[in-house]
Amino acid sequence: MTGRIFYIARNTFREAVRDRVLYNLIAFALLMIGGAVLVGQVSIGIERLVVINLGLTAISLFGIVIAIFIGIGLVSKEIEKRTLYTILSRPVRRWEFIAGKFFGLTGTLVVNASLMGVGVFAALLYVSHHLQKSDGWVLVALYFIILQFIIVTALTLFFSSFSSPLLSAVFAFSLFVIGTFSEDLRGFAAVAHGATGWLATGASYLVPNIAALNVIGSVAHDQPVAGGLVLYNTGYALLYSAMAVCGAVLVFERRNLK
Amino acid sequence: MSAIEILGLEKTYTVGFLRKQEKHALHPLHLAIGEGEIFGFLGPNGAGKTTTLKMLMGLVSPSAGSARILNMDFRNPGVKAQIGFLPEQPYFYDYLTARELLDYYGQLSGIRGRERARKVSELLDRVGLQDASSVQLRKFSKGMLQRVGIAQAILHDPKVVFFDEPMSGLDPTGRREVRDLMEQLKHEGKTVFFSTHILADAEALCDRVAILNRGELKGTGAVADLTAGVKGKVEIVWQANSASASIKAIGAECHVTGNTVRAVLPEEQQENALDLLRREKLRLVSLVPLRKSLEDYFVQQVKAVEPERSGGVKA
Repeated sequence: MTGRIFYIARNTFREAVRDRVLYNLIAFALLMIGGAVLVGQVSIGIERLVVINLGLTAISLFGIVIAIFIGIGLVSKEIEKRTLYTILSRPVRRWEFIAGKFFGLTGTLVVNASLMGVGVFAALLYVSHHLQKSDGWVLVALYFIILQFIIVTALTLFFSSFSSPLLSAVFAFSLFVIGTFSEDLRGFAAVAHGATGWLATGASYLVPNIAALNVIGSVAHDQPVAGGLVLYNTGYALLYSAMAVCGAVLVFERRNLK
Repeated sequence: MSAIEILGLEKTYTVGFLRKQEKHALHPLHLAIGEGEIFGFLGPNGAGKTTTLKMLMGLVSPSAGSARILNMDFRNPGVKAQIGFLPEQPYFYDYLTARELLDYYGQLSGIRGRERARKVSELLDRVGLQDASSVQLRKFSKGMLQRVGIAQAILHDPKVVFFDEPMSGLDPTGRREVRDLMEQLKHEGKTVFFSTHILADAEALCDRVAILNRGELKGTGAVADLTAGVKGKVEIVWQANSASASIKAIGAECHVTGNTVRAVLPEEQQENALDLLRREKLRLVSLVPLRKSLEDYFVQQVKAVEPERSGGVKA
């Protein structure tokens, strides 16, 4: 069972690695990091702040684009091109296929984020000539970005299990954007009354809390990240993703492949 | 013992938004295919062949009915390890090479390390793709993809193989190779269930066939048994410069070549035709009964529903 999930995940990873679009996006992200170095050099005294801010934002943004761009085709492309027929006519269960696809894309994003993270540290080293202890928090911020990727991948997979690639992309990206303002939504829910209050509260719990996973600003200002937040965010991201993947499995199990 | 038993499998779709209508893709289908048989599943396009295969593969859920493959319920995951499937006009991951693709399918089928590598090489040889084994599938022709499709279907040494239109898009040589391969599979004791609308292939290969039209089973049995019920025809050749109107009047299709007339007519009109030739004192060259082909039977079965179709029967 776990073997089959691993093989599907590995093939998904291989597909992404052989996709030229992915390299374009990574190259563009690395260029952005390079650009951060340039901007940092003309920002006297705040070089580190600029490099961390721009570098991590580039990783986050491009990672989300990759997650959505590849994620929308994970299931629909396999159905459209009928490659799924020869997979599901083997001893592969539908949930194993979904799980394999999820882990494959997550793995791809972790490797990408790690590579781009190396780029950010190289840029930091270039502008500061040495790394300092507080740079360790950049790793935590990077970890939170990966948690964002996991959530967005799971959501994209969920949408792509029943809708077209374009709609899946729109839904997933919309939820990501709303999620970045989830704190504001919660604030609004707290002051709203009646049905609006109920609706806002429901929506604030339904959309992913991406805001809580964004510590780029505080890390850029050398502020530490609380250990509790790391634990809470890890648990939250894993639970939220697991629910989205389970939703994808429930939909996909009932789907007729025409 | 039956390798495949189809027990009333049925598929109904609902079409329309406001005025919903039920469309029967497949009426309750009952079939039994014996072990080691090559079974042809025939029918025109849209007859319900692919729907049946998809239901057996668990890709589409039936509206009613069930099936047993190798004495197990067709939904039992254990069945999948013992069956192989080639979809119609297969498409594979085009970023993989033929060897990588077969290796991946071997992994999913649970074939281990060295044995997998050996089987992949063996199959690439068997389908004639050893030289192209390191080429990405995006560079493969349709015929080559069909060969890869066949290789992946038999990679894990399944007991029952399902092929959906395996000859589709192949040139005569390719069709011949697929036919040979299917015969080899039969010699290896495997059961082959294949859908096709190329009747010559079915006639040459199949132990038994089933004919499906508009989702309904029209007939099943050995080719010889089915064609025995077909009204026969005879070919009569005589010397003359033209075909007389009296011969044409008894339903003969006449072709004149030089001073020879060749007429094909229903068997029951044979004596009338000979009487006419005698009366007109024409010289008979030959009289040959024409072989009853599966095509005749097929056309007879399919045409039988044409009046219904023109009558506007609601699907």
